[in-house]
Amino acid sequence: MTRFLRHRLFWPVAILVALLALNLVFTDNFFRVQMKDGHLYGSLIDIVRFGAPLILVSLGMTLVIATSGIDLSVGSVVAIAGALACLQISDLGDQNSIGGVLGAVGIALALSVVLGVWNGLLVAGIGIQPIIATLILMVAGRGLAQLITDGQITTVNSSPYKLIGGGYWLTLPFSIIIVAVVLALTAFLTRRLALGLLIESVGGNAEASRLSGISARGVLITVYTFCALCAGIAGLMISSNVSSADGNNAGLWIELDAILAVVIGGTSLAGGRFSLGGTVLGALIIQTLTTTIYSIGVPPETTLLFKALVVTIVCLLQSPAFREKVFHRRRRPQAPSPVTEEKVRVSA
Amino acid sequence: MTSVTGLLDLRRTVPQKYIPVMVTAGLFIAMFVAGGIRYEGFATGQIILNVFIDNAFLLVVAVGMTFVILTGGIDLSVGSVVGLSTMISASLLKDGWPAFGVMALVLVIGAVLGLGMGAIIHYFEIQPFIVTLAGMFLARGLCYTISTDSIPIENSTFTAIAQTRVDLGGDMWVSPSVLIALVVVLAAAYVLHYTRLGRNVYATGGSEQSALLMGLPVARTKIAVYTVSGFCSALGGLLFAFYSLSGYGLSAVGMELDAIAAVVIGGTLLTGGSGYLLGTVLGVLVLGLIQTIISFEGTLSSWWTKIFIGLLLFAFILLQRLITARRR
Repeated sequence: MTRFLRHRLFWPVAILVALLALNLVFTDNFFRVQMKDGHLYGSLIDIVRFGAPLILVSLGMTLVIATSGIDLSVGSVVAIAGALACLQISDLGDQNSIGGVLGAVGIALALSVVLGVWNGLLVAGIGIQPIIATLILMVAGRGLAQLITDGQITTVNSSPYKLIGGGYWLTLPFSIIIVAVVLALTAFLTRRLALGLLIESVGGNAEASRLSGISARGVLITVYTFCALCAGIAGLMISSNVSSADGNNAGLWIELDAILAVVIGGTSLAGGRFSLGGTVLGALIIQTLTTTIYSIGVPPETTLLFKALVVTIVCLLQSPAFREKVFHRRRRPQAPSPVTEEKVRVSA
Repeated sequence: MTSVTGLLDLRRTVPQKYIPVMVTAGLFIAMFVAGGIRYEGFATGQIILNVFIDNAFLLVVAVGMTFVILTGGIDLSVGSVVGLSTMISASLLKDGWPAFGVMALVLVIGAVLGLGMGAIIHYFEIQPFIVTLAGMFLARGLCYTISTDSIPIENSTFTAIAQTRVDLGGDMWVSPSVLIALVVVLAAAYVLHYTRLGRNVYATGGSEQSALLMGLPVARTKIAVYTVSGFCSALGGLLFAFYSLSGYGLSAVGMELDAIAAVVIGGTLLTGGSGYLLGTVLGVLVLGLIQTIISFEGTLSSWWTKIFIGLLLFAFILLQRLITARRR
């Protein structure tokens, strides 16, 4: 039982279950998943569907945070990708042509990759602190997105584009399928190949990994690029779901939600280790929280209040210092708290 | 690259630690001169005073942020505390509370919020980023709980402060908010450079471990800076309420980014331990002047402000990097 209690995913799972149980009490048929017109419907499906962009962004963020970095620019990348794709599609003669939409999607994702490489170069090439390096794109990127859409909300009317965020395929919402594919791919790349180990070692100590022959620079650029790519896909999803691009509000504060999801999922901001499953759980907790607040009839303006409460509780429960002080439990010597862990600096 | 080599020559005559602040000052002067040449009626003292008038609240908030960043922390909650302060003032004044009672209460609430966040950060060893993020959600959530609509302020004391003009002679004037902001800046500069707390702030930011080993009160310092930041945000909120004469839950969204940008442009290292309050003042002025120039230009849209601020951030961070790289 104690082993079970001490599993690092115990608290996130417990919170998620508690939130779902709350829904069971307040909402009838919350867990019923129906088949309508060959599509799956139900609150649970909705949670995953609306949470899909957040899960994607959080996946990218997990890898960045595992290298002890942070990416504040994802919200801006979300806005830029959506804006660029919608602009391209609205310029098409026939908005329903599949080739044209694919081209627009390709251009938007290519720009996301470029922005990711820019972040990566700032962090790995010039050696700027990640939080500031990505702050630049966070501030400028919003302006850039508004520049692309000329400050307007660009609307499109394209059924192939609508599929990405609002469509169905094989009875499932297409966005869920995209998330599943990206998650599977990330899990394969990081847990079956050496990439995950390299990322963790760079997060543990970038200088030591470089000395032991790991291209820390390459790993850093890769994770920032991957993070921006994920944000780009999420941006396509968000703009396709509403068939429009809003440079000002698309993906606003999604970076904060994503960082929260990662932290709730048990990945330490100090880097050096990560949990993809935890991140997905964290993103689902945030989305379930939003859905729960709507379904139990609490005024939606208090959403943020609940979010603050849940975040504080989860973070306090996960903090070894808090558990030691409040529950008077001695810290296990073999697992020192990740926050107090001092990194050994090896000077070049 | 001539400007860079010019800078490096400067090092011999000026202590290196002042270079970032001097560059910001140079930039401010250059922007002002360029604006004066390009636009008619730009190069007047009132333009600079207007920048102060329009950014007095940001200046106060950025002062608090400077304390936090000097210890190597970060405070994301400032914008929403500003919003919360305007909201609390507006709703209590509507209920007929006395103006000075409301001001005192708002300041206490801000300081207590900061104190709480500082205590959680220090005693439970949770990252400042996450704790102040939760604080941001909490304050913003409280705003919406008070009201989702904008509440006008009709209290006579508040409107009197808002409409007062302090004449400086020569057709120049400032608002009382500017004077309050300047008092805050001077007090903060005194605290940072001439008191024990100030030295502890720099020491904690330089190396928390060393500060602890030297027997400095790291716990008290860390909690104090977040309290200062909370207090400054609440005061900034009051100034914002004077400025806009209303309380609105969505006001000052994203102000934390402006405050952080001002501190960074002012040459304070985000890793902590190095930077000056004067730099922060100049950073706020540069941000304000960008907006003034863009409004003078007329044809440029508001989003260019963000792009320019981003470019400036990039240039200044690169410069800091250059200086710290040469120091080794």
